[in-house]
Amino acid sequence: MDNSAPLEFHFVVDGNDFTSAGEASVEVKKILRRIGLDSEVIRRVSIAMYEAEINMVIHAGGGEADVSVTTDRITLVMTDKGPGIADIELAMREGYSTAPDNIRSLGFGAGMGLPNIKRYTDELHIESEVGKGTKITMSVNI
Amino acid sequence: MTVNSVCEKLGLGVCNLADGEREVDGVYAGDLLSWVMGHAECSNVLVTIMSNINTLAVASLLDLSCVILSESVKPDKEFADTAKEKEINVFTSSLTTYELCAKLSEIL
Repeated sequence: MDNSAPLEFHFVVDGNDFTSAGEASVEVKKILRRIGLDSEVIRRVSIAMYEAEINMVIHAGGGEADVSVTTDRITLVMTDKGPGIADIELAMREGYSTAPDNIRSLGFGAGMGLPNIKRYTDELHIESEVGKGTKITMSVNI
Repeated sequence: MTVNSVCEKLGLGVCNLADGEREVDGVYAGDLLSWVMGHAECSNVLVTIMSNINTLAVASLLDLSCVILSESVKPDKEFADTAKEKEINVFTSSLTTYELCAKLSEIL
């Protein structure tokens, strides 16, 4: 792969169907496997992207995901037009969640999403404005 | 040990068998899927009562060797169809999560 020409992929995350959340992550995992990347790298990207996808569906009515692969890293940019995060520091805390009860009964909303993303990525940057949306940029080094 | 052997030794019911020769490496038990997502390892058996489609997304992303639905939880048709489509081994058991883990600990 040429560093100056990254492989790029774009996905739309459907916000209407919680049960289909994760489809973009599964697609990305397949692509990374085809490229032949290390399985631990693929695992970390999969976990981070899945959690971000779940967050988008729970809180923001879906959004968009851009994935870029270069020789040294995989970068994921997840953008939504949801309600935004009022207190990012609080949202990063394990166990803090604003997810509704119906989501909890499906096994999510435990306040683990953003902490999991932080744990499995090398870089995480969150930009958010209340009422406008959230953009999460994360990368995993290869 | 293979998925087939685990199925046989524990007397599990088969919901979907995609690859019985898949090697099993360790076990993870839990129902909180975001916790499972962060802690289960590749090729683990997942023992859970959570039978919604998201369980299969987690199994697929983590490359789990199989999912065992414990405590007589019955998967619905959509779950079984999705498991088939995603080629995920899924079994059922009337044993509790604890009993299954204890037995898995004996045989693995």
